[in-house]
Amino acid sequence: MAERNRITASKPRGDCPESGYLLEMLDMNKTFPGVVALKDARLQVRPGTVHALLGENGAGKSTLMKCLFGIYREDSGHILYNGEEVRFNNPRQALDDGISMVHQELNQVLECNVMENIWLGRFPMKGPFLDKKEMYKITERIFSEYKINVDPRQRVDNLSISQRQMVEIAKAVSYDARVIVLDEPTSSLTEQEVEHLFRIIRSLQERACGIIYISHKMEEIFQISDDVTIMRDGAWVHSGPTGELNMDKIISLMVGRDLTQRYPKKLNKPGGEVLMRVNSLTGTYQPSVKDVSFDLRKGEILGVAGLMGSRRTELVETLFGIRKRESGTVEIHGRPVNISHSIDAINNRMALLTEERRKTGIFAALSVRFNAVITHLGAYCNKLGFTNDKKMAEDTQWVIESMNVKTPSQKTLIENLSGGNQQKVILGRWLLNKPEILMLDEPTRGIDVGAKYEIYQLILELAKEGNAVIFISSEMPELLGVSDRIMVMSNGRMAGIVNTADTTQEELLRLSAKYL
Amino acid sequence: MTDNPLMQQRKDKIKKLLLNNAIYIVLLIFLIVIIVIEPRFLSFKNLQFILSQSSTKIIMALGVAGIIVLGGTDLSIGRMIGMSAIVTATLLQSVNATRRIYADMPEIPIIFPILLVMLLCAFFAAIHGFVVFKFKVAPFIASLGIQLAVYGSMSLYFEKANAGSPIGNLSDKFTNFAQGGFQIGSFRLPYIMIYAAICVAVMWVVWNKTRLGRNMFAIGGNQEAATVSGVSILKNAVLVYIIAGLLYGFAGALEGARTGSATNQLGQGYELDAISSCVVGGVSMRGGVGSISGVVIGVLLFQVINYGLIFISVSPYIQYIIKGSIIIVAVAIDTQKYTKKK
Repeated sequence: MAERNRITASKPRGDCPESGYLLEMLDMNKTFPGVVALKDARLQVRPGTVHALLGENGAGKSTLMKCLFGIYREDSGHILYNGEEVRFNNPRQALDDGISMVHQELNQVLECNVMENIWLGRFPMKGPFLDKKEMYKITERIFSEYKINVDPRQRVDNLSISQRQMVEIAKAVSYDARVIVLDEPTSSLTEQEVEHLFRIIRSLQERACGIIYISHKMEEIFQISDDVTIMRDGAWVHSGPTGELNMDKIISLMVGRDLTQRYPKKLNKPGGEVLMRVNSLTGTYQPSVKDVSFDLRKGEILGVAGLMGSRRTELVETLFGIRKRESGTVEIHGRPVNISHSIDAINNRMALLTEERRKTGIFAALSVRFNAVITHLGAYCNKLGFTNDKKMAEDTQWVIESMNVKTPSQKTLIENLSGGNQQKVILGRWLLNKPEILMLDEPTRGIDVGAKYEIYQLILELAKEGNAVIFISSEMPELLGVSDRIMVMSNGRMAGIVNTADTTQEELLRLSAKYL
Repeated sequence: MTDNPLMQQRKDKIKKLLLNNAIYIVLLIFLIVIIVIEPRFLSFKNLQFILSQSSTKIIMALGVAGIIVLGGTDLSIGRMIGMSAIVTATLLQSVNATRRIYADMPEIPIIFPILLVMLLCAFFAAIHGFVVFKFKVAPFIASLGIQLAVYGSMSLYFEKANAGSPIGNLSDKFTNFAQGGFQIGSFRLPYIMIYAAICVAVMWVVWNKTRLGRNMFAIGGNQEAATVSGVSILKNAVLVYIIAGLLYGFAGALEGARTGSATNQLGQGYELDAISSCVVGGVSMRGGVGSISGVVIGVLLFQVINYGLIFISVSPYIQYIIKGSIIIVAVAIDTQKYTKKK
């Protein structure tokens, strides 16, 4: 495998290269500050096959695809398409060469109609004018070929999600794509719609296209794919025909890392007293959680597992009053509480560390001090609303010291700190409020190993003091290492709560797919 | 290219320093050009004139600066000024004037009409803030709407009160309130500058020492994060708008008294001066960034250039072109500062 025969001579499109692969990505490496995203990753797709790309959240699947489309530039590696080395600078170039992708989140211009979306940027023209007739004709031709039952003149926002998905696939086809990447294409489709999608995929296969199929749904993988490639921690783990594997084998290959990462010793002892009781919580606006019930005990760390889009974030946001609650009750210390604004949540001694630090956590253009004290302002104000700067400075110093924040001064703008240090400031911000219920949404995402360890320590420390922690994470080892129980969310519903001591990653993964 | 890292660091630092102060550098060059063309510009009298002219502008700019920090904008300032000037003028005409609008009204202390117009402007500003933060109407559009509504309301009043002719004959007390000053030797300290200084001091405290000020920066800096942090967005935002309205009202009364008469055209276009002064002074149109000292410096610089151009007799039309360019350059530089290079 080390020495490959690279064909550099130009060949007409559609020929199968000597290697027998339509698309090859070899020895792909990519590092982000503090994180190795790809480590000698590899993917080889044969023409006329569906190639499933599997791996946990964060295994590097999307990074690999982004390198293919030139959204990221790999540090090293080779991409061979039809046996020729290629490098795209942007998705557009890849498209022009016949490599296209249907994203999980559809990027469509909702206000335009179907055919305009398909031909955007390359409208058929008649002199200086749009040739709408021609546009309609060619769209119809593609739609009838793939039996897509959508009116090309319909506005996209009038379509159902599955219809929109079909339109995206038709768009990919319209580029004469030979390689089509489908990222979780069935996450919002009904069974019949999935069947339709599969029919389309099969007719693409007959045209010798290579399909890269990213999905978490095991049944589908066995139903549709010919080959699989499994990734873990950014590295290639396994490639081979799907038929040679079974579900358990795939799952153990996906999660199979040995738990060598160290976690602090568990110090907390979950008590018997229920701190918060949630009863069939349902959100009003989509995406929302549906009918979620659980108890949270004093001193407990409740991990929350789930795939992307399982609405773990929506769960804590609903609890915190940022999302509207349709029905269900929440009791804290046995008393029903009505939380309809974050202020209510804070008054009930709750805290929420949000997932997207930049978007909903930090005030980027403001100082560390401002960021540290903002949720605790009430404590610094006298009756007239004037602030006590000295106390603010003292508390900020407390945050910096107790959280071990590395910052030149309190006046430094928070955006100049590293991700881990920003995270510590925001965590410290909440700790100033002395919360009883701490909800942490992916608190360790994108921060370095050292800072992660400190955050684990802090979580355990807080639980030891009798507080309760809801700890959302996509990294299963971390959940297994830190939490007492793990609640698994699947498609907005609770798929189960398991004791951390008695569970395995395999069980968690199976529960995650329960309501898909 | 083997720049050692230290050199590179120093280079970056200088580049950043230049970028951060670029607008001041541009304006300083302008000033130098003006002085070279007309050295007499540098006189004490001119300085005094500019300072007193800047006073009402500072008061207005302090108001709109808060709105800009929130991430909004306000095109209704000029009309608010006009409304405030007309209403105070009708209520504070000299008792001995021959053509008095409210002929039977006794002389009232000037503080009451001023408070009245401050509340009136605060009312309109509160609606503006409410519409922007409750119904998410784009600030530009909301303030355009308010601008028209205020203009319409005050013109109706103006028509009815004085059949559309300028309201003059203001009481001496009122004109003296704005035009007077302390004489200290050859130096005359206009009252109006003292009012501006008081407003600056009060607003400095509001911005830097109160919960409202913190919340204002939080909302402008990152509204979503502010929501998560338990900041009541609507309440705080509307309060900032109300304060802006109070300041407009006060500035408008002063403008009326300063010029000695009022029409419904008074104040037209003042919003551009106020907003561009803020931008020049480093209040970011993206929200969340700004300082009182910046606003003051911005107004003064803008007025110096303004007056300088008049002083060297640049055609008013060319003045418009220059002012427009300054605004665009200021915003462009500001955006450069916050745009992450890819």
